Amino acid sequence: MARLLEVRDLTTCFHTPEGVVHAVNGVSFDLAEGETLGIVGESGSGKTVSMLSLLRLIPEPPGRIVRGQALFQGKDLLKLDREAIQKMRGSQVGFVFQDPMTSLNPLMRIGEQLSEPMLKHLRLTPRQARNRSLELLKLVGIPGAAHRLDDYPHQFSGGMRQRVMIAMALSCEPKILIADEPTTALDVTIQAQVVALVKDLRRRLGMAVIWITHDLGVLAGLAHRVVVMYAGSIVEQAPVRQLYKDPRHPYTLGLLGALPRVDGQHAERLANIAGRPPDLLKPIIHCPFAPRCRFAIARCWETNPALLPVSDAHQSACWVLGGTGEPFGETQVD
Amino acid sequence: MTEQEVLVRVEDLIKHFPVARDAVGRRRPGHIRAVDGISFEIYRGETLGLVGESGCGKSTAGRTILQLYRPTGGRVIFRGKDLTELKGRELRGVRPHMQMVFQDPYASLNPRMTVGQLISEPLLVHTRQSRAERQRRVRELLELVGLDPDLDRRYPHEFSGGQRQRIGVARALALNPEFIICDEPISALDVSVQAQVVNLLEDLQERFGLTYLFIAHDLSMVRHICTRVAVMYLGKLMELGPREAVYNRPLHPYTRALLSAVPVPDPDLEAEREPALLTGDVPSPADPPSGCFFRTRCSLAADICRAEVPAFREVRPGHYAACHFVPMEGW
Repeated sequence: MARLLEVRDLTTCFHTPEGVVHAVNGVSFDLAEGETLGIVGESGSGKTVSMLSLLRLIPEPPGRIVRGQALFQGKDLLKLDREAIQKMRGSQVGFVFQDPMTSLNPLMRIGEQLSEPMLKHLRLTPRQARNRSLELLKLVGIPGAAHRLDDYPHQFSGGMRQRVMIAMALSCEPKILIADEPTTALDVTIQAQVVALVKDLRRRLGMAVIWITHDLGVLAGLAHRVVVMYAGSIVEQAPVRQLYKDPRHPYTLGLLGALPRVDGQHAERLANIAGRPPDLLKPIIHCPFAPRCRFAIARCWETNPALLPVSDAHQSACWVLGGTGEPFGETQVD
Repeated sequence: MTEQEVLVRVEDLIKHFPVARDAVGRRRPGHIRAVDGISFEIYRGETLGLVGESGCGKSTAGRTILQLYRPTGGRVIFRGKDLTELKGRELRGVRPHMQMVFQDPYASLNPRMTVGQLISEPLLVHTRQSRAERQRRVRELLELVGLDPDLDRRYPHEFSGGQRQRIGVARALALNPEFIICDEPISALDVSVQAQVVNLLEDLQERFGLTYLFIAHDLSMVRHICTRVAVMYLGKLMELGPREAVYNRPLHPYTRALLSAVPVPDPDLEAEREPALLTGDVPSPADPPSGCFFRTRCSLAADICRAEVPAFREVRPGHYAACHFVPMEGW
C-alpha cells in the first residue's frame, strides 16, 4: 500500500498560566492508502491534540506546534498557509468529532449544513449541493433521506446525528477520514451500526481512516494497525493481531487486562493500572509510564526509551518488554 | 440454587411522565411510559445488572425504586415495608439503608462543597453525630475508597474523574447502607479507571455484604460484575436470568442482538464475527408499538407479535423472557 500520510516528530505544547503543558511529544507514524489506523489512549494522552495539530485546528495561542512534519501528497501540512490548510480540511481530510449532539449547528437545517463544505470546496451550485446532500444521507443509511434534508439536528437521534456528521465529513470525498471517539457517546447497538458503516464506506470509497478511541475492544475488528499513546508519546505500534496477541508495552498490557469481555473469557478480577498519568507540565526525562509500571527497572528511571523494533512492523518504547527476541518475564494478560 | 433471602421485591412498577407537547412543540397531551410494569427480586448480597439502550427506562427504574421519583403504580418491598406507601419521616427512616452512586462524577458533586462536607452531608441529615465523630468517619471513608484522608478540605474540581467517583462511593457508604443502586457508575470514565472503580465496588461488596443494582449499558462490564442480569427495552423487562445463562444461552431476540453488538477485544474472533445489526431506532416511549414493544426491530416478528403482548414467562428455572417465540421446552 502506498504511503498517504507521513508524520514525523510532531510536538505540540500549550502555554498556560501554570506553565507549559507538553501535550504531544515527538509523535511519528505513517498512514497507508485505504488503511484503518487505530489510535488508543486515556484522556489526556495526546491522541486528539495530535490529530488537531495535523489539521492545525488547535487554538494558537495558547497552543503551539513546536516542531515536526506531516507530509501529505508531498506537502507539509504544518507549513501550509491558512487558505491552503482550510482547503485541505474540508476536501482532503474529513473530521468526525466525538459528540454528535454539540458539533452540529442547531439552527441550521441538515441539508444546508451538508451543502456548506461542497459549496465552498467543490464550487457546486446550491441545487447540485442539495442533490449530493441527499445522496450522502442515503449513503450513510438515513431512512427517508429526502424528507429529512429540511429537518434540524434536534429531530435526529444520537446515532442518526453521528451518521450526519460522517456524511458531512465524506461530502468532498476525502482521502483520510479522522474519527475522534465517534462512538463513545453512543449505545453499543448504534456503535455496531456506525462501525459497520465506516468499514463499508472505507471499502467502497477507498479512503484511509484514523479512528481515535480509549477502548481497545472496538479496534479489534476495525483497525489494520494500532498506535498506543501515553503522556503525549507513542509507546507501542503494531499490526492489530500482533498488538492483541503479543503486546510489548506494560501500558498496552494494562489496557487489555482492564477490559472485561462479553464472551466471558475474563479474569476473576480486572487488572488495575494503579496511579495516574504523569503531570504534563513537567518535561519527561525518564519513561513516563515508569511510576505505574510493574516491570520498571533502574534504567527506566534514567532514560526514556525510544520506540524499539520488536519485529518488522511492531515497535515498543520499553526497555524491558521491547526489542527483538523473547520478552523478559511473564507478559501474558490473564 | 439454595433458597436466597429477598432484599428488594419490585412488583409491577410503573412510572409514567405526563407530557403536554410532543418533540416539536405541538399540543398533544400524553404520557412517556418510562417504566411500564416491571417485576423482579434482588437477593441479599448479589449484584443484579439492569441493562438496555439509552432511553429504555433503566435509570428511571432505579430512581423509582429508591422513591426519588414516586411511582405511578406498583410496589417496592424493602425491609418488609412497601416503600411506595411511605411518606415523610417513615421514608426518611428507610433512606439510610438504600443509597445511590450516580453516573456523572463531574455533575453529581456540588462544586462549592469540600470533599469533607460532601461526604459528611448524609451524616448531618440522618445522624446526631458530633462534628468530631463526623470528621473521623469522613477520614475512615476516604481511606476505605482508596483516597488520602488528608484531602478532605479539597474541592471536587481538584480530583480526576475516577477519584470523584470514589468520592461518590464514599458518600453512598457513609450511612452503612445494605443496598446501593449504581447508575452507570463507570460510563464516564476511561477504561483503565473503570477497572479501578469496579474493583473497588467488588471489594466493598465482599467486605460489607452489600447488595447492588448495577445499571449499565456496557454488557461486558455487567458480565464481569453481576450475578444476575435483567434486560430492559422501552420500559419493560425482556429477559432476566443468571449471568451465565443470559450470556451463553440468551432467550430473547433483543438480548441476542445486544450481545452480538458488543465488540470482543480479539482480532481473530472479530474477523469471523458477523454482528446481527439492529436496524432502526428505539420507538418513542410516548407512543410504543402494539403487542410486543420490540417487534418493530425484531427479525422474528410475526402477526402474533403485533396483536398480543408476550407474557414474561419463566422458561428455565430462574430464567425469564417475554417473547412469543421462546419455546418452553428444548432450551
